[in-house]
Amino acid sequence: MRIPIPLSAEIAVARAAGRLSRLARAGGGTTVPGKVLWKLDPGAIDRLAARLPLGSAVISATNGKTTTAAMAATILRERLRLAHNSSGANLVSGVASTLLDARAAELGLFEVDEAALPEVLLRVKPKAVCLGNLFRDQLDRYGELEHVAERWRSAVRALPGEAVLAVNGDDPQVGELARERPGAVVFGVDDLSAARPSLQHAADSKYCVRCGAPYEYDAAYVGHLGDYRCPACGHSRPPLNVVAREMEVNGLESVSFRLVTPSGASRVRLSVPGLYNVYNALAAASLALSLGATLDEIVSGLESFNAAFGRFERINVGDRGLLMLLIKNPAGANEAVRTIVDGGAPSVAVIALNDAIADGRDVSWIWDVDFEPLIGDLTRLVATGDRAAELALRFKYGGLDAGAIEVVPSLESALDRGLELTPLGGELVVLPTYTAMLALRQIVSQRGFVRPYWERAA
Amino acid sequence: MKIVVGHLYPDYLNIYADRGNIAVLSRRAAWRGHELEVREISVGDPLAPGDHDLLYVGGGQDREQALVAQDLVAKADGVRESVSAGAALLAVCGGYQLLGRSYRDLHGADLPGIGVFPFDTVAGDTRMIGDVLLECELEHGLRRTLAGFENHAGRTRLDPGAQPLGRVVAGFGNDGESGWEGCRVGRAVGTYLHGPLLPRNPWLADWLLAQALAHRHGDVPELKPLADELEAEAHEVSARRAETRGGRRR
Repeated sequence: MRIPIPLSAEIAVARAAGRLSRLARAGGGTTVPGKVLWKLDPGAIDRLAARLPLGSAVISATNGKTTTAAMAATILRERLRLAHNSSGANLVSGVASTLLDARAAELGLFEVDEAALPEVLLRVKPKAVCLGNLFRDQLDRYGELEHVAERWRSAVRALPGEAVLAVNGDDPQVGELARERPGAVVFGVDDLSAARPSLQHAADSKYCVRCGAPYEYDAAYVGHLGDYRCPACGHSRPPLNVVAREMEVNGLESVSFRLVTPSGASRVRLSVPGLYNVYNALAAASLALSLGATLDEIVSGLESFNAAFGRFERINVGDRGLLMLLIKNPAGANEAVRTIVDGGAPSVAVIALNDAIADGRDVSWIWDVDFEPLIGDLTRLVATGDRAAELALRFKYGGLDAGAIEVVPSLESALDRGLELTPLGGELVVLPTYTAMLALRQIVSQRGFVRPYWERAA
Repeated sequence: MKIVVGHLYPDYLNIYADRGNIAVLSRRAAWRGHELEVREISVGDPLAPGDHDLLYVGGGQDREQALVAQDLVAKADGVRESVSAGAALLAVCGGYQLLGRSYRDLHGADLPGIGVFPFDTVAGDTRMIGDVLLECELEHGLRRTLAGFENHAGRTRLDPGAQPLGRVVAGFGNDGESGWEGCRVGRAVGTYLHGPLLPRNPWLADWLLAQALAHRHGDVPELKPLADELEAEAHEVSARRAETRGGRRR
């Protein structure tokens, strides 16, 4: 028989481990205490979550979960003390670490990895769950999209009856989750002027979730997100409760839209660009509404939001600037490319491809990204990261002249080369995968230009 | 000279960057002054033998694979006659499985194949995921390596005497046990390797192009060498990955 250890002792041990990890400079140490607790006693996570007076809210999606959670935090923190895993540590251990640090928090706000979602829902028993989208991503880690969707369906069925579900109705697989759940909030976009002429190559859920026939789209917005209808069986997008209409994109500076909710409508101006951020804002608004926030609180929270860590950052590096957008899968990278091109296609770019577990060991996804809109204007591509040559090939076979491509595997050298190619006062476009983004931020931070993320998140 | 490629089910079978393979064939043909025309062949479209010099079938998730399996059966004669008349063929992952005789999924349900390749595939309860390195000898005495990535639950067992595409140097291969990967019948090759396969293994792209040209114009031509330094570097990194971390069961 196991000897029960008091929760307080477990917490003390786990926290000490985090301090040690930070002292040892092993990075942020953000997940170490959680990992220790998870090893010591997984049930401790349930008990810690149960201590939060207002319970927890959970956000998951292939793309946008960090940004959505950051937006929701901006809305909710005016009124509530939050336990929020803002550094992006989104596995069970990350949630556990955040709970350990929570102390006086009233509400848990967690972004959760798609594969970890069922376990986290089971443990924290959330009051509200917001599910954004499912795209092909890291098939080497998650397996096929259909399997992730199936696990989500089971996890949603197992949710307590009083938990409110908010889903993206524009994603056929995700929108379907609302049908079995009365009272679910369904969000989506209704704006034909923002629709793409056709489905992108990276569109995934193109076939009817019920009968398998190809959907017809009245409007496709991001990947397979849009207003779909099956011509064979009639399955179609569910009715929307929280809607974005009349969007206006203003280059890299902002995007605005009319937010229509059951509690009224208002114009919202986000200080981050891109249609995908409208989806993130809709998700955050739907979650906040489920938790009782007012429309005024939502609008003012969304409007005061600045980009989430590493997703979209403009960093001043002395006499030049960096514009850094994370790329991690085809659908997300397509939006990053489109956002950059909307702001004026660059002539120089540094693109970093790593293949650690967090990036996906299988780099085939870069061939599904529509990089082509960048290629026409590029006079110089600096390909970097562990798989720099592979990335160079993607552009070579995409039509970029081989003479315009430099392969510089070292991230630091590539950054310097990119800055050297950037005129004084100019801005260098950098598109890194996840671990490359962390490494590049660290390089820039060592030069004194940004604070390490665990300080900022604290 | 002209080469006609029939790309089967590009709207369904495209999970592992199959368009990268097509882009490589297309550019490398153009760089030698040949014109490569890609015709998409999807559900309900006819496939007449003799129309294509090269057929390409990509990979799909289980759901998409099941959606096209019945349609492919209707095209079986067209594909088989094309291959026996000397058309080249490349089938990757899901497409490779569908071109065997049969695929049995985890629940015991059978998906029909079309028997271009002499093997059966049975899904196992673990996926074989990781980097792979193969040694191939498509032309007698000429050994080349292929580097790629595999992600499959299917265990593919070749008939005795069937010719594999290559020997597994690192990785799982057809079934994780036999030490063989892929299958070859004449000018048709099938493999689990995606990544995609051709950008970092340009010699295979050139072999396929030469076979396709031979189908149309008679003799197997000698293709002009290209500057492949980037390809060689990508191959090298991928091969090292396979040696250090390929073929570990999860």
